Amino acid sequence: MDGVHDMGGMHGFGKVEPEPNEPVFHAAWEGHCLALNRAMGYAGLWTIDQTRAGIEELPPDVYLTSSYYKKWALRLENMVVKHGLAGADEIAAGHATRPGKTLKRKLTAAEVPNTLTRGSYARPAPKPARFAPGDRVRTRNIHPATHTRLPRYARGKVGVVEAVRGCHVFPDSAALGKGDDPQWLYTVLFEGRELWGDNAEASLKISIEAFEPYLEPA
Amino acid sequence: MTQNHEEHGHHEHGSELSEMQLRVRALETVLAEKGYIDPAAIDVIIEAYETKVGPHNGARVVAKAWSDPAFKQALLADASRAIVALGLMNRVGDHLIAVENTPRQHNMIVCTLCSCYPWEVLGLPPVWYKSAPYRSRAVNDPRGVLADFGLTLPAGTAIRVWDSTAETRFIVLPMRPAGTEGWSEEKLAALVTRDSMVGTGLPKNPKDA
Repeated sequence: MDGVHDMGGMHGFGKVEPEPNEPVFHAAWEGHCLALNRAMGYAGLWTIDQTRAGIEELPPDVYLTSSYYKKWALRLENMVVKHGLAGADEIAAGHATRPGKTLKRKLTAAEVPNTLTRGSYARPAPKPARFAPGDRVRTRNIHPATHTRLPRYARGKVGVVEAVRGCHVFPDSAALGKGDDPQWLYTVLFEGRELWGDNAEASLKISIEAFEPYLEPA
Repeated sequence: MTQNHEEHGHHEHGSELSEMQLRVRALETVLAEKGYIDPAAIDVIIEAYETKVGPHNGARVVAKAWSDPAFKQALLADASRAIVALGLMNRVGDHLIAVENTPRQHNMIVCTLCSCYPWEVLGLPPVWYKSAPYRSRAVNDPRGVLADFGLTLPAGTAIRVWDSTAETRFIVLPMRPAGTEGWSEEKLAALVTRDSMVGTGLPKNPKDA
């Protein structure tokens, strides 16, 4: 999706402003928001790619003007309603007025420590990798209206495969609820000037993590 | 941390905070009343991210790599496996990749599309990492971004930016500061800042430690 979330190379956002001694959460609700997202994610109703798509689908003005955890809260409200887990009326009222559905699993306090480690996104390879380190590749000029992990700034560009990272869940498919659709994943390295022309300093190099369907031989 | 602690939050966005306090509380109440979440689990998650998960984990990994050449080699080959084998942390998720700074190349990590970050070794990402200025400029003006952090690298040091566009996660292995010969791993770890492991800073000066 060619949305405002795809920020690489955009101008006009100003300086980076690091905050000295930044707290983990700036308010208690941020911690609750993160925890609610983790707990509901554990239920297994949606994948990580569907949650990323849920953020990207927020209206552009909302995306740009909401804090990180506010976006998480809005996304969770949307997903809860979309999956029929609660009504917008109940969320607005702040109380359940109808019984809940039965979920596959519910996160308990005792199980939390086991959920702090990320799962593996590696999957058995359905076919051999098409590319090897050192291969020149061109990223495809694709513009899907749905979730993708090929950033706009790196489309239609020539780079070199630097590493093969294994076969992974393909976000473009998983975000649509089409299953894992495993695809080979590569680190593809670009010269800064291939991406940005003379605006980039000559020595700059940038890599993306690119799934095989994003690439063709160059 | 309970909701009673909200007054400790920043107040520059006061109206949004109040709105969000109410909004998140409403959502949490509904999800609990529906039986989808266990409020005790919510508290344990928050506590874990406030106290257990943080850059102190990554700092120990870096200090070990500075002290033990065999570990450094294993870390650069497969960071997930090396860290688990070391026993520094019980478990580290798959696909963690350590990238080494040298006098010729400085590495910087970004996620231009969202906020991908190596939580297990660095904790939750700071606000600037998730911000539009960092995500937009890290890939086309990294030296300008470093200037925002007050960092000027030698002109001869090339910058390599890693955009975290998949489930692979990156941690920068900064260069060991000169003047730390014979230091213990514990003392070295105290020099390793979060930003030095993202590539927007350098380790602390040993003279200031």
